[in-house]
Amino acid sequence: MAITREEVLHVARLARLALSEGEVDRLKDQLGNILDYIRQIDSLDTRDIVPTSHAVEMGTPFRDDAVHPFGDKEAILGNAPDRQDDFFRVPRIIED
Amino acid sequence: MEYEAVIGLEVHAQLSTRSKIFCACSASFGSPPNENTCPVCTGMPGVLPVLNRRVVEFAVRTALATSCTVQKRSVFARKNYFYPDLPKAYQISQYELPLALAGHIDIELNGGTKRIGITRIHMEEDAGKLVHEGEFAGAQASLADLNRCSVPLMEIVSEPDIRTPEEAGAYLRRLRDILVYLEVCDGNMEEGSFRCDANVSVRPKGQEKFGTKAELKNMNSFRNVEKALEYEIRRQIERIEDGGKVVQETRLWDAAAAVTVSMRGKEEAHDYRYFPDPDLLPLMVEEAWVEELRKTIPELPGEKVARFVKAYGIPRYDAWLLASSRSLADFFEASAAVYGANPKVTANECIHWKDAVAAGRLTPETIAHAVEDRESGAISATVSKTLVELAIETGKPIRRIRDEKGLTQVSDTGALEEIAAKVLAANPKEVESYRNGKAGLLSFFVGQVMKETRGKANPRIVQEVLKKKLGV
Repeated sequence: MAITREEVLHVARLARLALSEGEVDRLKDQLGNILDYIRQIDSLDTRDIVPTSHAVEMGTPFRDDAVHPFGDKEAILGNAPDRQDDFFRVPRIIED
Repeated sequence: MEYEAVIGLEVHAQLSTRSKIFCACSASFGSPPNENTCPVCTGMPGVLPVLNRRVVEFAVRTALATSCTVQKRSVFARKNYFYPDLPKAYQISQYELPLALAGHIDIELNGGTKRIGITRIHMEEDAGKLVHEGEFAGAQASLADLNRCSVPLMEIVSEPDIRTPEEAGAYLRRLRDILVYLEVCDGNMEEGSFRCDANVSVRPKGQEKFGTKAELKNMNSFRNVEKALEYEIRRQIERIEDGGKVVQETRLWDAAAAVTVSMRGKEEAHDYRYFPDPDLLPLMVEEAWVEELRKTIPELPGEKVARFVKAYGIPRYDAWLLASSRSLADFFEASAAVYGANPKVTANECIHWKDAVAAGRLTPETIAHAVEDRESGAISATVSKTLVELAIETGKPIRRIRDEKGLTQVSDTGALEEIAAKVLAANPKEVESYRNGKAGLLSFFVGQVMKETRGKANPRIVQEVLKKKLGV
């Protein structure tokens, strides 16, 4: 058993996912399998290996510091479910 | 029991670039809501961030100016959390592999200097801004302006080397001065381009182990940082003295009430699930680039102060006042180059007129000529002040104003004797008191002569003439 029920619920909460009881059980098994699969790497000695974050062997490209306005504010605002004037209107945040 | 505080500071400095860190939107402040947005900074599907080279340059220059080691390879990571000011639901930051490590800043205190370690410097993007609809607590909605989303920030984290609020203030001022000198940040705390959070704990003096820390937020001036730390240190000590325990939590500084308030300890600790951003390859900073950038580092405030003290023989305090602004320091040097016989007086004048200097309404020659004419006795201190004011007002060369207004100082003993005689004749009572030992009245007579000459008399000669006439 690689992952507990509590851990599944915790991860679901962080991702703002509401899971049904059945989903929790199913995901617990699936996530457990994934973790077991990854865990195979523990059988190797990786002490001197730099962790691979990207598969491509090059540095990130740059852009010059120049302003090119996108120029279509309406298109950006139009994607939102609600707006007020030129603001996005969002439900008030209640800290939990 | 005696306690000491352990303080570490996290500074977020907004970098003065034209465009945002990962897209070409304008990074400027004060545009209409959502004017500076595009699919990248609003997190539309399928877009890719591309790093602004100048952001890296600014951060590398800051690293060099604070003696950090620039890392050849650093990695951008995603910090995941949900909030309406963060449309991607993650902030691109650096986590395990930041741009720069292990530097320091020397701060100046009454008792000498102290070295404050810098743990790390990394780059990240800012979040947007929420405006709350209506002032009342029952407001149902917030309004999001995403202009600030992806504006470049640099986070500078200090070691827990700071022990007092004064040291914290000194560190922040020094750091701010360095960033402003480098022209990488405008340093404006009220507008939020220079923000500071503080980690603070207390422990019995002599104990090595750190106490439980609280994180302080929401301090928007140097003074507020100092006040918040003073309050929080006292609060923690009192709590321990009362047999209680300090809780690890985030506390907000309430400037109006002058207290720190708990944000209500979240039961679930922050779990940001950082991971390397797959959209951004590692940042490679080659040695040659670093060396090229090293050449662009100007003389920094601390170095400038040391040089001013040595080269001009001015007091350290004055040197700091001058060096607090790069343009004022340059102005002083330009002025001392025109007339350098008395740099101390030139320094005082530059400090006195610093607002006009900052506004570009004074030339170095104006101050140089004012000081030179005063030293030579051609004008009095009073007239010098009037002339500088007129120069600011009219933009004319100070010596032309002096000659046009006929404000050259009267050092002609004969002319002054005449005026002095008149003044003494008009104030017989004071003359008698003076002769009966009220020596302080001399300045009264000097003042009267100055008034008669509309400030043009040479005060030293006026004194001599008066003393002679009063028979002392």
